[in-house]
Amino acid sequence: MTVILNQSFTGISIGAVLLLIALGLTLTFGQMGVINMAHGEFIMAGAYTTYVLQKSISSAGVSLLVALPLAFLVAGAMGVLLEWLLIRRLYTRPLDTLLVTWGVSLMLQQLARDIFGAPNVQTSAPDLLTGNISLGGGITFANSRLFILGLALLCVLALTLILKLTPLGRRIRAVVQNRDLAEVSGIATGQVDRMTFFIGSGLAGVAGVALTLVGPIGPTMGTNYIVDAFLVVVVGGIGQLKGSVITAFALGVLQSVLEYSTTVSVAKVMVLVAIVAFLQWRPQGLYTLRTRSLA
Amino acid sequence: MSGLSISRRGLLAGMSAVGASAALSACGAKTGSDTSSDSAAKADTSGSTVKVGLLNSLSGTMAISEVTVHNSLLLAIKEINAAGGVLGKKLKPISQDGASDWPTFAEKAEALITDDKVVATFGCWTSASRKAVKPVFERYKSLLFYPVQYEGLEESPYIFYIGATTNQQIVPALDYLKKQGLTKLYLVGSDYVFPRTANKIIKAYAKAKGMTVVGEDYAPLGSTEFGTIVNKVKDSGADAVFNTLNGDSNVAFFKEYKSSGLTAKSMPVLSVSIAEEEVKSIGTQYLEGQLTAWNYYETTPGAANTKFVKAYQAAYGKGKPTSDPMEAAYISVYLWKEMVEKAGSFDVAKVKTASDGITFEAPEGKVTVDGASQHVYKTARIGKVAADGLIEEVWNSGGPIKPDPYLKGYSWASGLS
Repeated sequence: MTVILNQSFTGISIGAVLLLIALGLTLTFGQMGVINMAHGEFIMAGAYTTYVLQKSISSAGVSLLVALPLAFLVAGAMGVLLEWLLIRRLYTRPLDTLLVTWGVSLMLQQLARDIFGAPNVQTSAPDLLTGNISLGGGITFANSRLFILGLALLCVLALTLILKLTPLGRRIRAVVQNRDLAEVSGIATGQVDRMTFFIGSGLAGVAGVALTLVGPIGPTMGTNYIVDAFLVVVVGGIGQLKGSVITAFALGVLQSVLEYSTTVSVAKVMVLVAIVAFLQWRPQGLYTLRTRSLA
Repeated sequence: MSGLSISRRGLLAGMSAVGASAALSACGAKTGSDTSSDSAAKADTSGSTVKVGLLNSLSGTMAISEVTVHNSLLLAIKEINAAGGVLGKKLKPISQDGASDWPTFAEKAEALITDDKVVATFGCWTSASRKAVKPVFERYKSLLFYPVQYEGLEESPYIFYIGATTNQQIVPALDYLKKQGLTKLYLVGSDYVFPRTANKIIKAYAKAKGMTVVGEDYAPLGSTEFGTIVNKVKDSGADAVFNTLNGDSNVAFFKEYKSSGLTAKSMPVLSVSIAEEEVKSIGTQYLEGQLTAWNYYETTPGAANTKFVKAYQAAYGKGKPTSDPMEAAYISVYLWKEMVEKAGSFDVAKVKTASDGITFEAPEGKVTVDGASQHVYKTARIGKVAADGLIEEVWNSGGPIKPDPYLKGYSWASGLS
């Protein structure tokens, strides 16, 4: 029982990390259809933001709290810049977008190497987050993992509210459902695209801050997670927030349970096999978007 | 119109340059094959200085570790020159950057031997880079001094192994754990040749000596997700963890270890790839009280070490840590000097013959070269990470251990290799 509880918690916390990373992608990839290979580098930007802040603000707790909104802005601004400079010129050419953003990703990695040096760097977590909560009977929840879980859920909630309740959210949904009709109805789709990209990339920055609690910060840290994040979005159903939430946690728990009884690599293979099988059965993913567009 | 003609001229100039460099490289290749058919690249010892090669990664992912080794080598060369050089000749260091890329290592090794005509080369860190340059040194019959602990099972006639082999680091570490009553081990390592080889040795040892391996897990190099592995370690009922993780995975592993509530008291972790430099970058708060196995620590007592630490910090900055591979690099130059002086010649064959029995009062204590295996007698030391980030020795083997790269002297290891 202890094992099951501990493993489920580990799985949920893996899922939370995946969810944080995938959330931004559900917007940029899911809603806009842009395969942004540089998404991982926005994660890296968020993580390095935390590192730079911690060097200037000595208190680990304060710097972490300041890092969250700041990383959102930094990564978001990078996303807007990328969208404005390159991606908006390539909206009808998805394969070119993939190649271009991959090139941008390599350039950003090299830039990080030149600025911060090739070796990875670390931040120290605030004392509050290095401990754990023990429920007795060997069941423990690591504080840092609980923090990431809380952060992920908060981001989901905020994103849902933005999409459902704000005028911007309404416009985003309108553009996703039928771009042409939205445009003739007077919505500046270019502007909406840019805002969507800003939020999506910003969320990657927030994910970067969370990752500093788990591991080291390095130029290639984003690429380690990006494939898993795309998997979450594809399995969840493109453009579906709730699909991503369910998939992220399901994949996390599946990975950790399999890993417990086998090894890291075998578990990874089994998860991928399960995903392939699932997509054979349901190629459109867990949830599908009903649109009124004719295409 | 004029722009076009300029670009055409530029193109012509470029083409002739390409032609010239092709001719040059063909010529270089020719001399290369000449020297190798001449059975050895002649090191140049005619002038008042001799060149020595330093082959380290000064850029790329390994630079963080290898630059410190490079610094230690330069320090030793500077000291030797200040004391009059070797056989009356000053040493001139030629640095080549291996760039953390194994084919580059091989290429630069060849350049050092054939172009610079160095009398000996010092360097390499990863086993992959050593394996890449090994055939080069063997082909040109030139000497490499390798300063890092490694997985054993290798004896090249043209490499001197100054770092520990397995019976000077891993085997004593197991002896120590056994003596502490920590007989149930969990093995955690990165998924590549060194941890897998090391764990094979550990399992053979455990089987023969009544220890048990309760679990074994490998994480891909660079992996940062250790939640499940730490849970497995926690549930395994192990007494201690034997950690052969390499690089940044250690950061994620120890963060997870601490936040899961495991401590150095409840289940100590013994690591073989974490030295003073790494302790600093992982963070002392995560490592305090954990164990390491090496042959040298910055805190090792003795006048030779006090002098080394002081000289290093005077040259490279106050508070810079010194570590086992740095110390091994530093003494490798001195050991070579002793060999040359005993041989009375820079000639590789004579130096090799002279090597047996060479001793040196090193910062780690007295070391002796074993001429047969071209390894070094070294004292094994177990250390504990202290609150200030330094490592304090808690146990040592009492004296230098004879190097045994193939573990021939250990009956339990007969099934290995």
